[in-house]
Amino acid sequence: MTAEIKKTASRFRHTIGKYRVVRGRQCKSCAGCVVTCPHGVHFKAGARMGTPRDYLCVGPDICKQHGTYCVEKCPNAALSVAINPQIKALGDFRWTAELLMSTWYQAETGELPTVDMEYRVGNSGGGFDKLRLKYPETLPSEIAADDIDTSIELNKREDNAHRITISLPLYQGGMSFGSVSDNTMISRAKAAMLWNTFGCTGEGGYPEFLYPFDRHMITQVATGLFGVKEETVQRVRIVEFKYAQGAKPGLGGHLLGDKVTERVAKMREAVRGSALFSPFPFHSVYSVEDHKKHVDWIKAMNPKALVSVKVSTPADVDMVAIGSYYAGAHIVHLDGSYGGTGAAPDIAKKNIAMPIEYAIPKVHRFLVEEGVRDRVTLIASGGIRTAHDILKAIALGADGVVEGTAGMVALECTRCSSCESGRGCPRGIATTDPELAEMMTVEWGAQRVYNLYASWRKQIVAELRKLGMRSIRELVGRTDCLRHLDYN
Amino acid sequence: MPKKYHIKPTPAAPRFIPVGRSGIIDWEEDCLKCTTCVKKRCLYDVYKNRAYDARTLVDSIDYQCKNCFSCIQNCPRGVLSKTINPEFLRMGDAYWKPDIIHNTWFQAETGRIPVSGAGYRGPFSGPGFDAMWTDMSEIVRPTRDGIHGREYISTAIDIGRKQHHIEFDASGAARIEMPPLVEIPLPVIFNPLPFGNIGISVTLSMAAAARQIGGLMYVTPETYAPFLKPFMSQLVPLIPADMDVNAPMLQGVRMVELHYAPDILAQVQRLKSHCSERVVSIRVPLNPDAKTITAALTRGGVEVVHLFADYRGNEFVDGDSPRFVKDALRDVHTHLVNECIRDEVTLIVSGGIALAEHLPKAIICGADGAAIDLPLLIALECRVCKRCVTGKSCPVELQNLDPAYGAQRIVNLMCSWWSQLIELMGAMGIRDVRRVRGEAGRAMFFEDLERDTFGAIFGGQSK
Repeated sequence: MTAEIKKTASRFRHTIGKYRVVRGRQCKSCAGCVVTCPHGVHFKAGARMGTPRDYLCVGPDICKQHGTYCVEKCPNAALSVAINPQIKALGDFRWTAELLMSTWYQAETGELPTVDMEYRVGNSGGGFDKLRLKYPETLPSEIAADDIDTSIELNKREDNAHRITISLPLYQGGMSFGSVSDNTMISRAKAAMLWNTFGCTGEGGYPEFLYPFDRHMITQVATGLFGVKEETVQRVRIVEFKYAQGAKPGLGGHLLGDKVTERVAKMREAVRGSALFSPFPFHSVYSVEDHKKHVDWIKAMNPKALVSVKVSTPADVDMVAIGSYYAGAHIVHLDGSYGGTGAAPDIAKKNIAMPIEYAIPKVHRFLVEEGVRDRVTLIASGGIRTAHDILKAIALGADGVVEGTAGMVALECTRCSSCESGRGCPRGIATTDPELAEMMTVEWGAQRVYNLYASWRKQIVAELRKLGMRSIRELVGRTDCLRHLDYN
Repeated sequence: MPKKYHIKPTPAAPRFIPVGRSGIIDWEEDCLKCTTCVKKRCLYDVYKNRAYDARTLVDSIDYQCKNCFSCIQNCPRGVLSKTINPEFLRMGDAYWKPDIIHNTWFQAETGRIPVSGAGYRGPFSGPGFDAMWTDMSEIVRPTRDGIHGREYISTAIDIGRKQHHIEFDASGAARIEMPPLVEIPLPVIFNPLPFGNIGISVTLSMAAAARQIGGLMYVTPETYAPFLKPFMSQLVPLIPADMDVNAPMLQGVRMVELHYAPDILAQVQRLKSHCSERVVSIRVPLNPDAKTITAALTRGGVEVVHLFADYRGNEFVDGDSPRFVKDALRDVHTHLVNECIRDEVTLIVSGGIALAEHLPKAIICGADGAAIDLPLLIALECRVCKRCVTGKSCPVELQNLDPAYGAQRIVNLMCSWWSQLIELMGAMGIRDVRRVRGEAGRAMFFEDLERDTFGAIFGGQSK
């Protein structure tokens, strides 16, 4: 696989689209609509017409304007087009049906959808969904797209650890071995490598099939310390301490006994069939001083490693961030409460800790006031869905973001949220069931994630040009480039 | 240390097929009769287990479907389609939304905490309790490991008067008698139901559940009957102030509650002189006067004040903008704190407590405990259709409920709420629910965060 966009269609027969195109029995297979439609909705399958690819349909309004409306042109009045009633059942406030569909489209093509869909914001009524980018009225000069830099630096401490520059202002959130299929893990890791950024092992150990991606993997040290070995810590360039996660801030994890298969047990150095608890918190860390011992412990094993500290967003998140910095962290990673991919109690996701949109500016401002902001990398996650969310998070004060759910959606997750039910994910993503896991190949998965990132990068470049900036690094903390719909 | 409190859930499947969120539409004409039909490949076997209740016109597939869209997307002729079930959207009202009803049904059936993957799905914030978040602790503050760890988190509260100080005489003996306290292991009391087909079976279900969880339940003179005799220590008679102290429903109870009236202190005195061992509570409507009334009652020696809002959580005022229970309650609590008398009285709050998170949030806003009503009825499969209000038949035949089954459904719901209370307290780093009371510092309020964040950035007034 090479680093380029390749069209990677859905694994399912019908992609869900905004419009539903129905071909009636009056159709005489004259194929006039194949000529009429410039979007490829209609096609001939042998002697007959194929079931319309209605997810490509841009809708009656646009087609009527351009004289390409198949319904009007069909000599047999066999076609009808309407808003797809199915999309009512798809999506939710944060990930609307249009966000899901436009993300699928980007993962398929590497481009923004041609269909008129809201691909930038959801419908949650707050935070990112109420923020908009604000552009200067005049720009000093036109910047060529090729001159725009989307890379960020992960080590700002100027110490002896690695200097790492990633080409996109994003890396991937951890998803543990056993929580998603091997193919999902490899696909994501591969896409990360092709984009010169990082994947993450999650807390479930470091499986051998990820060894080829060592230079682009982060390994996680979480409260259960599952699969953490000197050898795994030494494999990587970045080690992430997971103190808390946004989906269940302040809560531990529980891997059910039947999920602890032979392989999972071996990886986690546990016994097959016995439930595993990740406690909360680290029972060895009750202060910044304890935390520093942790960081020193990693640095003793792997002196060149960057240390990332993944924390949730309590009221005093600014104190947590500054403490983490002084304990030696290179990266402070704030995980807001509305994100996460894994199964978590609904009550925690909804109620515990603050949304990331509040945490980023709070921490950014505090680190600036303390005079250390330029010596630490601030990463945000927990509800980053689109390229525009990335830009807004950076304008609020982050250096970059971590992506999780969006990458799942690229793999055709519908966010049905039943990751834990029965045999696992019905879409073959978050499952260890061999039959379900075979629904997806690495080739397909890696390309879908690659394409999504490609589309995001293009949007980031286009927006930076409109902002008159040559580098994403210029946008950090530039809240003057944002407006909020609730404020004048 | 006392024995650790525990509620044991036992699955209790619904008697009637619940109204589901999905609406699967199956145009059978055009079907190719594939041998490997997508319906056979459903991961959850919803087509195989499909059942239709002709009486209530409910299809089980609408409840069991997990919304993965796999069958819809893979059927060769696309004859399957889905949308939202309009019956689902019609359930409940503007406050008791279909999602709340569903969430409660799940907990009453399983006793488990609702868990899902792929992140949060709801609005950024909302009215009422949705405009606050609870806090968590990490690194710089101690945390508590409640569910999985070694720490015991207590959810017990004491209902009654707390002495401000104790005086001793010259011989060193305490000069006062300790007032009675009723300890309940979960800060929840079962309130009279605002509506519903409340026959013997519903009342018995509630009483039996109250006994199983070691809790209390209000009972009115209208619902009290001799069949409740075995449950006297669970009952809190909610009575008119001038009720005869020898009435059968007052015998053997640990606590009674009187409706507020201007001369109420004299009536309290009358009841206390008859039986000083019994805690007497006063039920006061939440409105702008509640804080002065509560302060006066507290100064008058009242042990418990039960502040009640309407069943949607609004205070009782004329006009269009009643305060929500959380704000009205904070006002009362803060007033008592400022008057230096908050610790002397127990505050119970009710009205609009619909979800597990509302309980700790109400406590953070100043209550010691909460009384809940509609969630109990929903646990018994109520669809909040309110047909009973106009005398029509109940679609889930609550009058025919088996009390043992009904009790189990309520116990399951309380088990789930208890687990969730512990989850939130563990994250807050608090090991005793009595310490959550009024701890607004362990919560974050929408208006504060919005002002400090976006208000500071974008300036000016929000629109």
